[in-house]
Amino acid sequence: MQAFDYRRPGTINEADLALKAAPGARLLAGGQTLLPTMKLRLATPDTVIDLSAIASLKGIARKDGGLAIGAMTTHAAVAESADVKGAIPGLAKLAGGIGDPQVRHRGTIGGSVANNDPAADYPAAVLALGATLNTSKRTITADDFFQGLFATALEENEILTEIAFPVPQSFAYAKFDQPASRFALVGVAVARTSGGVRVAVTGAGQGGVFRWTDAEKALSANFSAAALDGLKLDASNVLSDVHGNADYRAHLVGIMARRAVAG
Amino acid sequence: MTDQGIGASVKRVEDLRFITGKGQYVDDINRHGQTYAVFARSPVAHATIKNIDVSEALASPGVLGVYTGADLAADKIGGLICGWMIHSKDGSPMKAGAHPALAQGKVRYVGDHVAVVIAETLDQAKDAAGLIQVDYGELPAVVDVGSAQAAGKAQIHDEAPNNTVYQWHLGDKDATDAAFAKAAHVTKLDIVNNRLVPNAMEPRAAIGDFDPGQDQFTLYTTSQNPHVARLVLSAFIGIAPEHKLRVIAPDVGGGFGSKIFIYAEETVCIWASKKVGRPVKWVAERTEAFLADAHGRDHVTTAELALDASGKILALRANTKANLGAYLSTFASSVPTYLYAPLLSGQYDIPAIYCEVDGVYTTTTPVDAYRGAGRPEATFVVERLLEVAARQTGRDPAEFRRQNFIKSFPHQTPVIMAYDAGDYAASLDKALEMADYKGLAARKAESARKGKLRGLGFSAYIEACGIAPSRAVGSLGAGVGLWESAEIRVNPVGTIEVLTGSHSHGQGHETTFAQVISSKLGVPIEQVSIVHGDTDKVQMGMGTYGSRSGAVGASAIVKAAEKIVAKGKRVAAACMEVPEDSVDFENGEFLGRGTNKKMTFGEVALQAYVAHKFDPELIEPGLKEGSFYDPKNFTFPSGVHIAEVEIDPETGHTRIDRWTAVDDFGILINPMIVEGQVHGGIAQGVGQAMLEHTVYDENGQLITGSFMDYAMPRADDVPSYNVSMTTTPCPSNPLGVKGCGEAGAIAAPPALINAITDALGHEEIAMPATPQAVWRAAQKSVRKQAAE
Ligand SMILES: Cc1cc2nc3c(=O)[nH]c(=O)nc-3n(C[C@H](O)[C@H](O)[C@H](O)COP(=O)(O)OP(=O)(O)OC[C@H]3O[C@@H](n4cnc5c(N)ncnc54)[C@H](O)[C@@H]3O)c2cc1C
Repeated sequence: MQAFDYRRPGTINEADLALKAAPGARLLAGGQTLLPTMKLRLATPDTVIDLSAIASLKGIARKDGGLAIGAMTTHAAVAESADVKGAIPGLAKLAGGIGDPQVRHRGTIGGSVANNDPAADYPAAVLALGATLNTSKRTITADDFFQGLFATALEENEILTEIAFPVPQSFAYAKFDQPASRFALVGVAVARTSGGVRVAVTGAGQGGVFRWTDAEKALSANFSAAALDGLKLDASNVLSDVHGNADYRAHLVGIMARRAVAG
Repeated sequence: MTDQGIGASVKRVEDLRFITGKGQYVDDINRHGQTYAVFARSPVAHATIKNIDVSEALASPGVLGVYTGADLAADKIGGLICGWMIHSKDGSPMKAGAHPALAQGKVRYVGDHVAVVIAETLDQAKDAAGLIQVDYGELPAVVDVGSAQAAGKAQIHDEAPNNTVYQWHLGDKDATDAAFAKAAHVTKLDIVNNRLVPNAMEPRAAIGDFDPGQDQFTLYTTSQNPHVARLVLSAFIGIAPEHKLRVIAPDVGGGFGSKIFIYAEETVCIWASKKVGRPVKWVAERTEAFLADAHGRDHVTTAELALDASGKILALRANTKANLGAYLSTFASSVPTYLYAPLLSGQYDIPAIYCEVDGVYTTTTPVDAYRGAGRPEATFVVERLLEVAARQTGRDPAEFRRQNFIKSFPHQTPVIMAYDAGDYAASLDKALEMADYKGLAARKAESARKGKLRGLGFSAYIEACGIAPSRAVGSLGAGVGLWESAEIRVNPVGTIEVLTGSHSHGQGHETTFAQVISSKLGVPIEQVSIVHGDTDKVQMGMGTYGSRSGAVGASAIVKAAEKIVAKGKRVAAACMEVPEDSVDFENGEFLGRGTNKKMTFGEVALQAYVAHKFDPELIEPGLKEGSFYDPKNFTFPSGVHIAEVEIDPETGHTRIDRWTAVDDFGILINPMIVEGQVHGGIAQGVGQAMLEHTVYDENGQLITGSFMDYAMPRADDVPSYNVSMTTTPCPSNPLGVKGCGEAGAIAAPPALINAITDALGHEEIAMPATPQAVWRAAQKSVRKQAAE
């Protein structure tokens, strides 16, 4: 790891100022992605701004009929939260299936979503549930937020502060583990929301998390696993690697979608 | 005291320090004035080095030295060696290319060592390593072992035409061909034994420390055999004479073979410590471990089994191409030859066997011994052939094995080995019972109702441990003897230090060796300390690999203990004023037979040191004895493992539902530790069979070079094991022990693949049977079923 300056602001305002004062600074949440990247010298920021002292970024609240989860809330906190278990139990389960206990006690929802790894679990939930992402500057819808592999709508100097989830009629996430990393080889989140059925797929898209609109249509007409029979995801935009070629992944998307629908 | 002796499941005494973070590993050691080494490694698989410009690196802050192969050559530092000479079938010696510690003129795999930077801090060394400019003239990579020998392929070493190190064979070709000619049935399989990355929990590390006052080098290193490291570094590489080189292998966090070898990094660290006049530390990062620890396995084999009409095996034939990687690592040449082909008889009476092995260079990481070393590869060949032959001829795989088991001992196989003891049917019977083989059909039907595919697979393995005797292995080309040494130092108060050449890096020697002493000398294990891993303390030793520590290392301890007892009897006789031949030693006491005189072990030790009561002309003071023990034969552990799996054909996910292991390791010193070794071995075998996939692209880049892509087995990948033992004592060593360290890794892969192919209903799947591979194979099963 190369030497860097370390800042630990106590408020979002101070964090904003710190970002402005140090162009190219990186925000540090749980460090589960950023620190390994720095150790490998793939990232060499001059300044690291640790968000862990900003109390307002942490915590889970019922708000406006939905759930508001602070960006710095750990996966373990989401997995164990009575509020999350009560309102969106599938989301608590998703959080409890990320990584291992150590990772779940360090890694944060904000870090995961801001990082937008194409195999990460949370982006599927955020997109399927049609969540809203609040930042230090504005509010962004899930459909606008995810913009490709490791790419989001977040601008430089913009801090993700909170993710607001509407409470759906139902939500489930089915994940097939990549055997080595245990990220999603394929993960499918299916939500019945006030805006209709939304199906989001992670692990498979060449452009990161995406909505499987054909499945949404089929499920809107008939919300049952059988409604997906015969429906095949076009494999031409699906990722291929040693763990799964596009055809296998596309097939798994169908299987995981059925399993998510079946609950 | 017998509750701590041989046969007792004593808790491991070393574990308290390991699980409370108090172990002392190489990276925990820091020397005054220590500097840090970082290696500049080749980013390409195969290239000539046109120029190396180190000027910028040298000028970088904190840099004390930047060295290349030219600097080593100028100091007459020799290359790394391969210590086993193999002769090709035409009688010619193997064709080994030079293996410089830092590249000279050429790089041959991604990760090959090009230069080293020594700097004040690790980060400064890394910064500088990034500034070394190397001008490479890229050459084509040679990755696929199957085609590496073809005409027109890039030549990796000038010394080895067609990238061929040797073309070796074993067995009687004519007799084997004749048996195949009259066979009623022949089973033929194409087999890939996948390459594995060892991944010990502790990565390799070294500290070189030169003391100019004493003209003395000390190397701290992650080694399974510090004395072999010292021998090679002094006698062959030329660092310093042995008496001027101390090698310390402190706590070592797992080896699995990968820490047997003498590598470039420790060679360079010890040499550079004199160059810069400061201690030099290097600790591998995981990425370096993936690239530069010797890998394991990597065979491509065509194998055939010939049967007569009654199902009796007539002959076995195998042709193997063994990928040795870019250079010959320390014992690389022996693994696919003498550690492989002599095991091809398995547990079976096979009259004729013939095996050909080509050792092949490729532009990949060197390959050497990895847990099991040759024996897993052989067992996979034999046990896949047996299972498939049974299926093809409509025989029950268990009864087919039983029919062909060797039933009387000693048994001379056609491939060197003389098996001394075993009862293979006993293990099979017990395993069938424990696995509820009779209930399999019902379980299969139940799985089918749930849309799942269930299968069961056998592996009746044999292995050969404690490779020996030295004279025999010498005649086969080994450059070393394979005895072990022990020295027992009894202190005046009766506490005991045992110095052993066997190194412990997870095996639990500090417990088991103390148990042997407890049984032999009647003292509690708390009075015993096991000293290993330091060439200044232990005079000489051959180290730990090939499951040899019990059979060879502990046997040496027994021999030394017998000498202690003999000396103690003489001291006791003098003290008790009874004739020497009337002293008995029982439960830690010396007894004057026919008298009520007795002395405890501690009393005798004290008398040996105060030396007040005997004539020094007749009895030397002190109580210290040593032994060098060279076994008469290998030992032959064996057993039957039965794996049962359930496959989800929709996803390819394979769940191991049951695992039955019945092993015959001879006498057990500590059954709990033995069972732990079995568990760990099976987990490693499961890793090979289902998870661990070493993939190079066509340019020789390692695609699966981190834990993000290289899948190690985790707790939920393996089932709860059902482990049991049968016992035939080993006749060739004083303890009757056989060795258990590698058995699980040897037994597991064929059991699992046999189970998976049973579930699939066809044989077309290779290791690792990943979800994707199983899904594709299951698609085929579904099509096959539909067609039927
Ligand atoms: C061993 C291991 C296993 C894992 N397994 C899984 C898995 O199964 N599924 C899964 O989904 N994930 C997995 N992860 C990822 C992990 O769960 C984290 O979600 C992820 O590493 C990012 O979260 P973090 O809090 O650690 O962020 P960091 O690593 O601290 O930051 C990640 C990136 O986000 C930026 N960032 C962080 N917070 C903010 C913010 N508030 N505003 C703007 N930018 C921000 C940082 O600057 C950085 O670029 C695994 C990680 C590890 C190490």
